[in-house]
Amino acid sequence: MIEGILVEGLIYGIMVLGVFITFRVLDFPDLTVDGSFPLGAALMVQCILLDVNLWLALLVAFIGGMLAGMVTALIHNHLRVPNLLAGILTMTMLYSVNIRILGNRANVPVLEHETILTKVSERFSGIIPDEYILLLFFIVVAIVIKILIDLFFRTDLGMTLGAMGNNEQMVISQGVDPKTLKTIGVGLSNGLVALSGAFAAQYLGFADVGLGQGIIVSGLASVMIGEFLVMKSNRIGVLTLCAILGSILFHAVLYLGRYYGYVIHMTPNDLNLIKGILIIILLILTQAKKLKKVAIKAVVEK
Amino acid sequence: MIELKNVSMLFNPGTVNENLAISTINLKVKEGDFITVIGSNGAGKSTLFNLVAGTIIPSQGTILANDRDITREPEYRRARYIGRIFQNPLLGTASNMSLEDNMMITYRKGFKWLKRSLNNKMREFFRAELVQLEMGLEDRMKENLAMFSGGQRQALTLLMMVLSKPELILLDEHTAALDPKNAEIVLELTNKFIREYNLTSMMITHNMSHAIEFGNRLLMMDKGEIIFDVEGDAKRELTVEKLIEKFHEIRHASFGDDKALLSP
Repeated sequence: MIEGILVEGLIYGIMVLGVFITFRVLDFPDLTVDGSFPLGAALMVQCILLDVNLWLALLVAFIGGMLAGMVTALIHNHLRVPNLLAGILTMTMLYSVNIRILGNRANVPVLEHETILTKVSERFSGIIPDEYILLLFFIVVAIVIKILIDLFFRTDLGMTLGAMGNNEQMVISQGVDPKTLKTIGVGLSNGLVALSGAFAAQYLGFADVGLGQGIIVSGLASVMIGEFLVMKSNRIGVLTLCAILGSILFHAVLYLGRYYGYVIHMTPNDLNLIKGILIIILLILTQAKKLKKVAIKAVVEK
Repeated sequence: MIELKNVSMLFNPGTVNENLAISTINLKVKEGDFITVIGSNGAGKSTLFNLVAGTIIPSQGTILANDRDITREPEYRRARYIGRIFQNPLLGTASNMSLEDNMMITYRKGFKWLKRSLNNKMREFFRAELVQLEMGLEDRMKENLAMFSGGQRQALTLLMMVLSKPELILLDEHTAALDPKNAEIVLELTNKFIREYNLTSMMITHNMSHAIEFGNRLLMMDKGEIIFDVEGDAKRELTVEKLIEKFHEIRHASFGDDKALLSP
């Protein structure tokens, strides 16, 4: 049970890192995610069926997601469409694209096929207890991706991306085109989301066009839970760690809802409602926290 | 350095809100000029800066930089040789990032690549430069800029801009949003940097005595025109009274409400 929660939390944690980049670093609320997550899953599954090298397949999924994100950024930049609408446009178009990739089917299983996860399981079987193999694998994957992101945001380019989310005028004043930065940032974010989708498809054993429904809400809830855990920090390493921990906690809550929800007559169909309510509660708590800070500050200043 | 030829700016043409913000201006900014710009609200001072910086494209006329036509060059490209500081001290720096990160981002103009330039050598360099501000910021390099005051942030923006070595700097009432003490400090720093680095600069101010005290050239604007352009000895002999007199002479109008805005 606990491994299940952790594995799911880590797989979706990669997606949460992507959502964190757009929503928090770039200040670009991006809804492409609902389409790029199943896009990653569809590309992975199709590559598995075509016997493509599995690591190459991961790269294909990542690049596919990146292109999807870039489409959103281009629509926003050049047609002067608000970023929310640009994301919805791409997401809607991706629905059809994903069905195409899956060969005009809405759901394609890969249970009988070799995946990265079955390979890893075989390789380490006997060395590590079976139930912990996947957990360890995903811990390693999540840590590697987290470290790569941390390194990226400490380069000149990464820091400038961070500055743009804060203050677009400042970036313009430095002689950098914010359009280019948005394209890079949203692309990177959706690449991560698609990568997460690719792992999810292998874990679940299928790709489904509906896989991405409400993903953005899950991602956002996870980011918010992570932020709630830790005091405000300006260290990217702390922030990305919070995003992953937030994802794990979020999946723990979902798990409880799924397995013990029947006590209050809850069905799996109610989960989306629960996710939404969770976000609302988090928003209220965050506001209360802020008000309290303001109140304390006012008292101190007096 | 920068030259404006017959530049006009018409906002909302063909509508009831049509507004000729700049009407056929000719201006040549020479290298080493420190120009102060005065004028009442709506005189077109900020529009003039927006045109030079590339935030807006003129309805008519051409803008040249070192004899190169830059009329249609986007703002972010011009920013590589034109530095600008706004009235709002928050616009020059990123609040949620540390001081050293901010300095690293603004140190070099142009696109940033996947390279990590912030190392201990850079930190030492930034620390040495920060000492000039005499604000003790050199010991707070890891702190977020949200923790700094408006005056500190504006002084930083100024220092960071000077370090990037622009060919022209535009100061858009950059001390107006600060309290009098900080405004004085930032203005002193501005003057010091401009002299030390021999920067070509333009400064909008609402304060006539500042306009007279600083710089080697003064522009007075009214209703989208430059009505008075004075430099050198003639500028040095100006007083606030003479300036007001001059305005009456040119416009045959009384200051009226503008008097409050152009206060000495």
